[in-house]
Amino acid sequence: MIYLEKRPQPSRSLSLLTPVYAVIITMIAGGLLFAALGKNPVEAIRTIFWDPLFGQYAFYYRPQLLVKGGPLVLIAIGLSLGFRAGIWNIGAEGQYIFGAICGAGVALALYPMDAFFIFPLMILAGALGGWAWAMIPAVLKVKFGTNEILVSLMLVYVADQLLAKMSLGLMKNPEGFGFPGSRNLQEYPSAHNAELIAGTGMHWGVVFAFIAVIFAYVLLNKHILGFNIRLTGEAPRAASFSGVKPSRLILFCLGMSGALAGLAGMFEVSGPSGQVNIDFAAGYGFTAIIVAFLGRLHPVGILLAGLLMALTYIGGDIAESQLGLPSAAIQVFQGMLLFFLLALDLLTNFRVRFKSGAAA
Amino acid sequence: MTGTLLSITGLTKAYPGVVANDSVSFDIGESEVHALLGENGAGKSTLVKMIYGLVKPDSGTMTWRGEAYAPPEPRIARATGVAMVFQHFSLFEALNVAENVALGMENPPPMRDLARRIREVSETYGLPLDPYRTVGDLSAGERQRVEIIRCLLQDPKLLIMDEPTSVLTPQEVEILFKTLRKLKSEGTSILYISHKLEEIRALCDQATILRLGKNVGTCIPAETTARQMAEMMVGDTLQTPTRTASDGGEVVLDVTGLSVASSNPFGTTLKNIHFRVRAGEILGLGGVAGNGQDELLAALSGEAKTTSDTIKVKGKPVGRLGPNERRKLGILAAPEERLGHAAAPDMSLTENALLTGAIRKKLLSNGFVNWGGAEDFAKDVIKKFDVRTPGASTAARALSGGNLQKFVIGREVLQAPEVLVVNQPTWGVDAAAAAAIRQSLLDLAAGGAAVVCISQDLDELMEISDRFGALNEGRLSDIRPAAGLTIDEIGLMMGGAHGMEVAHVGEEEGAEA
Repeated sequence: MIYLEKRPQPSRSLSLLTPVYAVIITMIAGGLLFAALGKNPVEAIRTIFWDPLFGQYAFYYRPQLLVKGGPLVLIAIGLSLGFRAGIWNIGAEGQYIFGAICGAGVALALYPMDAFFIFPLMILAGALGGWAWAMIPAVLKVKFGTNEILVSLMLVYVADQLLAKMSLGLMKNPEGFGFPGSRNLQEYPSAHNAELIAGTGMHWGVVFAFIAVIFAYVLLNKHILGFNIRLTGEAPRAASFSGVKPSRLILFCLGMSGALAGLAGMFEVSGPSGQVNIDFAAGYGFTAIIVAFLGRLHPVGILLAGLLMALTYIGGDIAESQLGLPSAAIQVFQGMLLFFLLALDLLTNFRVRFKSGAAA
Repeated sequence: MTGTLLSITGLTKAYPGVVANDSVSFDIGESEVHALLGENGAGKSTLVKMIYGLVKPDSGTMTWRGEAYAPPEPRIARATGVAMVFQHFSLFEALNVAENVALGMENPPPMRDLARRIREVSETYGLPLDPYRTVGDLSAGERQRVEIIRCLLQDPKLLIMDEPTSVLTPQEVEILFKTLRKLKSEGTSILYISHKLEEIRALCDQATILRLGKNVGTCIPAETTARQMAEMMVGDTLQTPTRTASDGGEVVLDVTGLSVASSNPFGTTLKNIHFRVRAGEILGLGGVAGNGQDELLAALSGEAKTTSDTIKVKGKPVGRLGPNERRKLGILAAPEERLGHAAAPDMSLTENALLTGAIRKKLLSNGFVNWGGAEDFAKDVIKKFDVRTPGASTAARALSGGNLQKFVIGREVLQAPEVLVVNQPTWGVDAAAAAAIRQSLLDLAAGGAAVVCISQDLDELMEISDRFGALNEGRLSDIRPAAGLTIDEIGLMMGGAHGMEVAHVGEEEGAEA
């Protein structure tokens, strides 16, 4: 008989190791899945994890690592602040979309003006847009006690509709021959979030992601606000005794995660994606939830987890095109990672024991 | 009462560091309502858990209708005829009543039959309940009915009820008592756990009183006054107070007409509380647990806010200020619950030192934490209060209860408060540590601070208080100088005779004597 025994203290080494274990088990389970689909599992796993970094066309894929990882890390850092305090923003995807719409809106409104201040203004608009979108669940929670999980999640679908409306209406490119989608911002130098160093994928969004990692690290470890966030997550009553005002924390955490998601959206729309279009939302906001937990809600962990998830994105694309794996299988594969991580989390607090005995 | 249903002999259960039950013996008769009475921590819960098969006794025996009874698990206890209604319900809010009942059964009948039986039982016993309502929509009293009906469907011979009225309105208590009396008339015995004396007097045939794990007496509640039972609960070892009220110090803390609704639906609402504490004085507030102690501490610490003028410190209204603003003014507090309220369990002692020390120890500059300063403060507390721990980086939950309590009290005392409010400062603490904590409170008062000590330990209050009052159902008795108080008077104050009622009850008691 197998049973679980509670550990006197959570195992520190296991809490660091479970992400590694989760990756390994995901590879095994994913391999079985791919085998069941009639593909060679070893080849599929190699295509996903090895080819983008060291394969024949790695020079093309490597920059993608930063392009895909940047927004993931930026969003996940914001989410992790709230998650630490038990405030669950599930709607980063919506804030990402709304930030992109606001950022692009500034550029499209000023087109074709050529000025240095346009791009900074877009950054500001993107952050504010994401912040405002996140303030909806935040204010509703503070004023009326609504559940931020539901409200933020449902606002994703509202943002999605708004995005479609914008791509087909207000922001549609007047010179676009009737096709949906705005002007391509890559062709508007004042608004283009261009690669900073050619061939690396490094753009302003990636820079902001690194800054966010450092900012979050300092906030959580050196500042009283970060202490209050951790305290609220670990012992809410002690936090209220300590003088933490829960409503302020809710506004801060949701606002911060919204602003960072909005920034990510704005850097994406003005850079790699280039235009406001129906298919702009690529699921970064949802994947970032996985990234935040995979990184143990720790800024440095999130940085590593973001790069890993980016790798599975890129590798997944390659596997789709070269091996003909269905994209749903790739998504299942990514989902497995969080699934196994959460399952293995049990082991940090419990140990598995085997006992032989009469069946009860 | 025709015979003995359950006989308990010499039941003992020890946990590391504490003997929860020390050779407890008593009998429960057939169709008898038997009260188990005692203060928090007297060992009532452990005892009933042994009867219900949740805990194995270290020694001692039980016999059920003359046959040996030693349930290895609740299933066996239920099969024998023991049912238990817990203080905290275990119901799924999203399921309906019948589904919840079915979940607790070994072999649930089809849902339609079950619903019919639930309806029958609920009508028979005057506990109206619709089997198809969702539990999430039910009141606390209705949820309790679900638990009771769940038990009654097993047709128990002995029904154990753990503080059933703590979550009920007075009207619901009436209904419950009717049901219990009907059960009794049909031959079911009831073991009724409570510390509400009047209820026990109204309902129970026999009472067994536990103090510190020992059976300290039995009585027939209807023939015993509440005061006598309170004395048995508290014990007769009470020391006469030695401290004399020092007067002449200025009034530091002035509470006038404090009424606060509890934030917890099962909590106690504070009703019109008045008291003053002078510099250099310790005010001891007694009372049985759950009579407003937590709420009073929250109102004084700033966790619960009141109208501005209700609480004044040195003439300055502070009722609307939050905990940190009050700390700035020198009002500090140490709540009862060490882990999770006074301290964050998984955080280090350094972090826990910052938790309340940030303001007065000036550990912040522009919001950035001076971790070195916080660690020095934590080390200072550890050293001056003899906290046994490997170091300041140890997690709070790794400390023993007594050591953590010394840390929690020391953390506040070393911030040089003007007003210190403590709740149960020596709860679960060994004698030496308790003495040290009490001495530190005495020293603090000697240094000119105003101290409010809320405690259920009367010995402690008599030892350190200058003046004494008692909380009962959210009301505060008159405050009296502690010197010269007799145990009779204390029992009266704790029993809820407050204000206008004092004279009246006093007469009655006098007439009986």
